Amino acid sequence: MTTVAAEVVAELAEYLESAELEARDVVKITDTYPDLDFEDAYDIQWEIRRRKLERGTRLAGLKAGLTSRAKMKQMGVETPIYGFLADYFERPEGGEIATADLIHPKVEAEIAVVTKRELRGPCHMGQALAAIDFVLPAVEIIDSRYENFRFDLVSVIADNASSSRFVLGGRMAELRDVDLPTLGVVMEKNGEVVQLGAGAAVLNHPVSSVVLLANMLAERDAVIPAGTLILTGGITAAVAVAAGDAINVRYQGLGNVTMRFV
Amino acid sequence: MEQRRINELGDELYGALRERRMVEPLTDRESAITIEDAYYISLRLVARRQADGETIIGKKIGVTSKAVQNMLNVHQPDFGYLTDRMVYGNGDEVPIGTELIQPRAEGEIAFILKRDLAGPGITNADVLRATEAVMPCFEIVDSRIRDWKIRIQDTVADNASCGLFLLGDRAVDPRRVDLATCGMVVEKNGELLSTGAGAAALGSPVNCVSWLANTLGGFGIALKAGEVILSGSLVPLEPVRPGDHMRVAIGGIGSASVRFT
Repeated sequence: MTTVAAEVVAELAEYLESAELEARDVVKITDTYPDLDFEDAYDIQWEIRRRKLERGTRLAGLKAGLTSRAKMKQMGVETPIYGFLADYFERPEGGEIATADLIHPKVEAEIAVVTKRELRGPCHMGQALAAIDFVLPAVEIIDSRYENFRFDLVSVIADNASSSRFVLGGRMAELRDVDLPTLGVVMEKNGEVVQLGAGAAVLNHPVSSVVLLANMLAERDAVIPAGTLILTGGITAAVAVAAGDAINVRYQGLGNVTMRFV
Repeated sequence: MEQRRINELGDELYGALRERRMVEPLTDRESAITIEDAYYISLRLVARRQADGETIIGKKIGVTSKAVQNMLNVHQPDFGYLTDRMVYGNGDEVPIGTELIQPRAEGEIAFILKRDLAGPGITNADVLRATEAVMPCFEIVDSRIRDWKIRIQDTVADNASCGLFLLGDRAVDPRRVDLATCGMVVEKNGELLSTGAGAAALGSPVNCVSWLANTLGGFGIALKAGEVILSGSLVPLEPVRPGDHMRVAIGGIGSASVRFT
């Protein structure tokens, strides 16, 4: 049940989007509006999306968040959340990421997929697998607009699941050629291994995120269109980065993804 | 440390192993004990096992993760000896009540050698050339030291906390898998417990085997063709109890499982 008026949704969308565009942290929205629920939160996120599209920004894809059991338990939820990726979030592989545009960025290693046909929820694993065109390695840079990354579920959903930047690797693979649950990732920061994991850290199988994403979107009568890029969720814990840091993530069979923060 | 004292401590650990009881940390009682002393104690312990008819079939490398090295405040791994009595089959039931004291399970990659590796001077290329296959492995470590209150000398003397081990369902040519990035997934009682990757062990399991070959080479000991080398855990150690079931899957290598009764 929606609990707030459209004006409040618009006000909070502007509040959060301005914080993103001006790279400054803000007090979380539930401090001011403690009664906001999930539906309100997604209303705010969709309003931010609408604002961006209206200004000519293009949608680059979707992302799933809170996909690890540990994070879900920590946030007291049973399902992940989703957000959208705007075109300007992307940075080239091997390129630089300006920290001046960000508040307190953290990096996560992920598996990305690109779909080849529309996926409409409710759907099951078989349909999600059949809808995937290929897999590629990705690093997501998350950047909560809230002070010290402290938020509750409603606040983070409204804040577009902390989406901020992403980098895609250049090596794609067919789903049938990789075993996503046991696909290993090794994250190095300035040459030192800082995080390790395997695909199963994402809901036991990264494609589970795609199923849940389709099912969550169906609640708003939305679909995942053909050709959609989806970041399936962090395999590793998020690692804080600052200007001067170099990140290199190695993916089993999928090469590396690198970037430098300046 | 005098040989007489080394033998006493080796005998004490041997007795604890056989009678399944814990002893107080050696480092609480022998303030001057060195890591070298500890290796001589472990040799005495292993000699007692050989005298019982056990055969050495390989080696294990321990203390390979940064987390464990920090916990023990050391910057090098350690090693122990594997005997034929430690071997279980994939999917077997391990009776904790008759075989172990305070077991913990860890997922590893095992190397099966086809050639001897005699250090020093062994490179990773030599290790890969000498490796017949890599296999998924569960090592069930156990400590004869009370409540795992170990310092590096305690675990070294206690044969690197060796308990039991079992190998999984496939043997893979090392040239078919990237051992540094291969992922590991461990489940306990059907639930995801942890994930990791090969680089968790000294940056690569191959580095671990090179280290062992070069370290043992310093003592004139070679790794032998046909030996099993357990290269070190890729995930945090997990305490296990009767009724627990564990499964490990390694990307491109295979899986293994074990039940505890």
